Formats: sequence, structure tokens, C-alpha cells
Amino acid sequence: MARKLSMKQAINEALDQEMTRDPSVIIMGEDIVGGAGSDGERDAWGGVLGVTKGLYAKHGDRLMDTPLSESAYVGAAIGAAACGMRPVAELMFIDFMGVCFDQIFNQAAKFKYMFGGKAQTPVVIRTMVGAGFRAAAQHSQMLTPLFTHIPGLKVVCPSTPYDTKGLLIQSIRDNDPVIFCEHKNLYGFEGEVPEASYAIPFGEANVVREGKHVTIVGYGLMVHRALDAAAALAKEGIEAEIVDLRTLSPLDIDTVLESVEKTGRLVCVDEATPRCSIAADVSAQVAQHAFRALKGPIEMVTPPHVPVPFSPVLEDAYIPSAERIVAAARRSLKEGKH
Amino acid sequence: MSAAITPIVMPKWGLSMREGKVTAWLVEEGAAIEVGMPIVEVETDKIANAVEAPDPGLLRRRVAQEGETLPVKALLGVLAPAEVSDSEVDAYIAGYVVPAPEAGEEEAEPAYQFIDVEGIRVRYVQRGAARRVPVLFIHGFGGDLDNWLFNLDAVAERHPVIAIDLPAHGQSDAKLPGAGLAVLAAFVVRFLDRIDVTRVHIVGHSMGGAIAAQLALSYPQRVASLALINSAGLGAEINTGYTEGFVAATSRRELKPVVEQLFADPQLVSRQMLDDLLKYKRLDGVTEALATLGTALFGAGRQTASPGLQLEATGKPVLIVWGAEDRIIPAAHAANAPPGATVEIFEGAGHMVMLEKASEINAVLKRHFAG
Repeated sequence: MARKLSMKQAINEALDQEMTRDPSVIIMGEDIVGGAGSDGERDAWGGVLGVTKGLYAKHGDRLMDTPLSESAYVGAAIGAAACGMRPVAELMFIDFMGVCFDQIFNQAAKFKYMFGGKAQTPVVIRTMVGAGFRAAAQHSQMLTPLFTHIPGLKVVCPSTPYDTKGLLIQSIRDNDPVIFCEHKNLYGFEGEVPEASYAIPFGEANVVREGKHVTIVGYGLMVHRALDAAAALAKEGIEAEIVDLRTLSPLDIDTVLESVEKTGRLVCVDEATPRCSIAADVSAQVAQHAFRALKGPIEMVTPPHVPVPFSPVLEDAYIPSAERIVAAARRSLKEGKH
Repeated sequence: MSAAITPIVMPKWGLSMREGKVTAWLVEEGAAIEVGMPIVEVETDKIANAVEAPDPGLLRRRVAQEGETLPVKALLGVLAPAEVSDSEVDAYIAGYVVPAPEAGEEEAEPAYQFIDVEGIRVRYVQRGAARRVPVLFIHGFGGDLDNWLFNLDAVAERHPVIAIDLPAHGQSDAKLPGAGLAVLAAFVVRFLDRIDVTRVHIVGHSMGGAIAAQLALSYPQRVASLALINSAGLGAEINTGYTEGFVAATSRRELKPVVEQLFADPQLVSRQMLDDLLKYKRLDGVTEALATLGTALFGAGRQTASPGLQLEATGKPVLIVWGAEDRIIPAAHAANAPPGATVEIFEGAGHMVMLEKASEINAVLKRHFAG
């Protein structure tokens, strides 16, 4: 039976159901139980934004509050994964991932490959991504492309509560390390979610809107901006098709190519900075594999190549808006063949 | 005179429908209309179908434009006899207000009910006044009660209707009470006990038809009549490429060609239909349950039981309906109908004939229940 849940509740439910199903699932992170000075039992806070609230009461010591040392506990989670557990490490902001790159890039991502498939690392690193939270340059980045660059890592960034629950369950059941990116400005976004457990396979993009004139590709919060843009474009008689990538590694480029073969126009939207971004990756692959289908130049809508500003006015201007997507779609339709 | 004006409005096909898109007008302005005549094609995110004339008259005005998306109950066109003047028609259109939803109508969920049957939570719908014997609808393998989207309301005009999601189907729990027809028929009887219904007409589709036939054999006192639609249980052949493909498909790309086999016109398979099926199939336990059921009922490429062949002994009125282009269970099985059964074959329809030829099926069902 489906009912409405916020994305935050969907994450909590996925964790709860997987911990109930599989005793090897454990959670580690900063303040995920109660935080400093709390005994964790009476009113455990459940992480910086309360995502894991209530899980300690049900699953007890399978949730572990860690010291403020990402390098230590992410390394510990990866080690536990290599030894047979299925840890979910919560690393508050993706911006802090830098202090544990060796553990992630050089250890977790490489074990299966370097041990000839004899080792596996079923670890999930949950982390908040994205701007718009008035949290300044060190807590607002969309660093997804750093992780898609590394073979051996899987990278997920859902846009709806339904996808969030199904993809997080798949992440926990998957035998490879997964970077699970949660857009902090979508935590309150509600949608229908079945009560029962379900897993959404990786590498399947979702066509969230069908249209024949232009393909808009995005993920996370940008899917919602693209939907707003599509509604505006529809008033001009332009029907946009929107592809939500859902998982960035593996990347379902086939669905993008199929769509571009139909529309002939492509707008890639990405909240990551433009150089070597997901938008750049998708654009390059479409140019390479569907060049003949293109009727006009590929458009990219991204922030400028600067840190996320702290000024609210500048931050709002930084994040790709529906208006900029509309303008890009119009440009893609105006130029080129008709 | 305006009492003679009949509005043609955007229908509400199923509980979740909020709006529909007018895709094509099927009759010209000024054309004479008979009751039940298809007038305009409407497409929802689930399926496309024709809106039919509720009354006879002349189609005086096409109000909705092709390509327009309109809310449920919005005015699509106007029927009226010739003596109604154009100005009266204009005034009617100008004064038409889309009725506000009735109390509770906007809330889609409460119309579905849930009940625990032998430890399995079952979703069902039940509506219509209780003065006549209710009609129970049982869907097929991998289906759910929304397969009866176009049929429940029509049948509910005269009979109370009940539609069930079988165990491990739709939004019922992904658990099976057992995999044979006898176990499933017994489960349906327990369900009827739980909702205090003693006797029913049964409409069964595909595997649901075999369950219905088995139920009539095992519990004859509970069954008033049977309507078996593209039914299993009337012969051995079955396209297990379909059933196995349905179980095995994990992506939209894999599922689409499988589901297209269900329809004479594969265009009816929409993205939303595939998404809904994938959402269901991805629930924990569903794939395993369907595989178990498929092996038990159609293992080794053939149907393992044919309760439909023994129905003559029950003396129940039996209606057999088939889409001639069924690619799952051959329409030739209609020839195995028990003596005395009414047999209706519909050209241009496949396995999902109740969706593809809804109005014709509804008319046939109503005649059957009227005795």
C-alpha cells in the first residue's frame, strides 16, 4: 500500500526495513544516534537533520555514533564491509569526503578488482549534496562527478521519495561500494512510497515526462527544475522529454540516446560545476554515439565555475533555474536543422 | 428545452484518474448518435479508450479540441435533438460548470479497502447497493483489480461489484497461501467469508477464470454464475514465453515486448502501464511468488489443470468471452466451453479484451447477469 512520505522518511524506512531484514546491516556516522552528551535512548536526534531518528530505539547498538573523524569511520565501514558486514556510513556533507579519499578511491573501489573478485566491499556512504541551503561554499557542493570518475564506485542521486527508498535498498543489497547522494533541499519533498520493501536496479534512467521536441537530462533537484521548465515550454507548444538519470554510475546512456534519437535536441542540466561534470559526460557521449540524430547544438545548463556563494542572492543565481533551462531549450530548437 | 441537452463529459476511468487528453473525435458535428456509440477518443496516463454516448441524439457541438487535456467531468461535447436551437446549445455550453468532486471522491485511497485473510493482507474494492447478488472480479496472472478499470462502474449500475487483488498481486501482500487452483479458490472463499458475502457471480480473466471455475466446482453453493474472459482452465495450451518473460523482465526495455503480447494493438502499452507493472514486480517477494505460481499452474509449457472443462455438471450459467487475437491463451479454447454456455468472440482484441473492447464486454456482462 502506498502512502505519501518525504524523502527523509523514505531514507529512514529503507534503512529500517533493511536492518530488520538483514542483521549484517549496520549504521555508522556522526550524531546519527544522539550526538555528544546524549545517552541516545530518550530522544535520539538521529543525525544532523534527523534522518536516522528512531532507528536507535529499534536496532540499538547496530547504530554507532562515531568521533568527528570521517577518515576513521569511513575507513572502518569499508573494512567492516570487506569482512562481511553491510555498513551504511553517513557522511554529513559530500564536501567533507576529501579527508577519506584514500579509503574510498584507493581501497573500497579497488578491492574487488585487485583481489580478482575474491573480495567485495558492500558499503554505502550516504551523504548530503547540493546548494540552496544557505550553508556556504564548504557545505553546498554537488561533487558527484568526482565519484563517477572512479571505476569501481557506484553513484546514486535520486529525485523522488519512491526512487530514494528503492535505490537505497538496492545500494545496501549491492556488493559494491555505493556513494548515495541525497539532495538536502529535497528532504522535505513528498511522494507516494509503497510500505513494502522494493529495490530499483542500478543503471536504469527514468523518463519522467514524454515529449518529442527536446530532451532534457538531469538528476536530483535538477529534475524538478526541468519539470518546471517543461511546463513553461509546453505553453509555447514545445514538448520536452525529461530523463532522470537516477544513477550516475552505472549511467543509462541508452535511454538518453533513445530519447535524443526521437527529439534531435539535447539540454543537459547539472548542479555540479561545468568542467568534467555529468552534463559534460552525457553531452560527450551523445555527440559521439548519436551525432547524426542531433538537429542542433547540445546545450548545457550548469552553475558557473566558481565556489557556491554564501550570499543568498548569488546562491540563487548560481543554481540552474527553470528559466535558464527554458532559454537553453529554446536555443537548442532555434539553431541547427529543422 | 435544455433538459433535452445531454453533456458528454470527460469520464473518470479508475480511481486515480484526474484528467484526460482528447486525442480524436470519432463523429462529425450534426451526426446522429445512438446509445453506446463511441464518440471521442480519450487518453489517460494509463490507457486510451473511447467515450460512448450516454443517450441518443445529434452531436450538436464538439466543445473540446483534439490534443486538449481536461479534468474529469469537463464538457467535451453536447448532444441534443434537432429541435433544440443553436442559441440554447450555446447558452448551455457557456453556463456549464465542471461539477466539484463529491465528498470523498478526491481521496482516491479510501475507495480501496484492505482486509486480512489468513495472515495475508488483501486489497479489494466493493461498491454498489447490496440488493442483488454481487459480481466478483478476479484478475489474471500478474494482474490486479485495476484491470477492471472500464468494467466495474458499468456493471455496478445494476449489481454490487467486488474486485480483489489476489495474493502476491497488486497491492495485496507478496505472499501465496499455496500455488494450486484449489488453494487459490479456497482463499477467495475465505475472503468472501471475511467480507460477509455468501454468493456471487464471478467474472474471471485468464488465470482468474481458472480460479473461478475451480471455485464453482469446489464450492457450488457460493457461485450464481460464471463469466470467463480469455480464460485459463479450458485447455492445455498457453504461451509460457509470456508468463516466464513477465516474471523475468527487470527493466522497462525487457518488459515492453512482453506486455505488448497482451494486446491486439501494442500501442495501448503506455509508459505509465510499464512503470506501474515494474513498481509492482520490484516489491520484495513478488518475483519469487509469480515464479512459484507460474511453475505450479503452467509448468512444462502447458496448463496443469482444466476445471473449465467440468463446468457442465455444476449447472451454472456460463459466459465465455475471448479476444480473437489472444496471443497468451488461444481463442480456440472457447470451443471447449461447456454445452449451453454463451460464447462471444471479439475480433480486433487480444488477451486484455476487457480493456480493449470495454463497452462491448460490459454489454455482454450485463446481459449475462440479467439472466
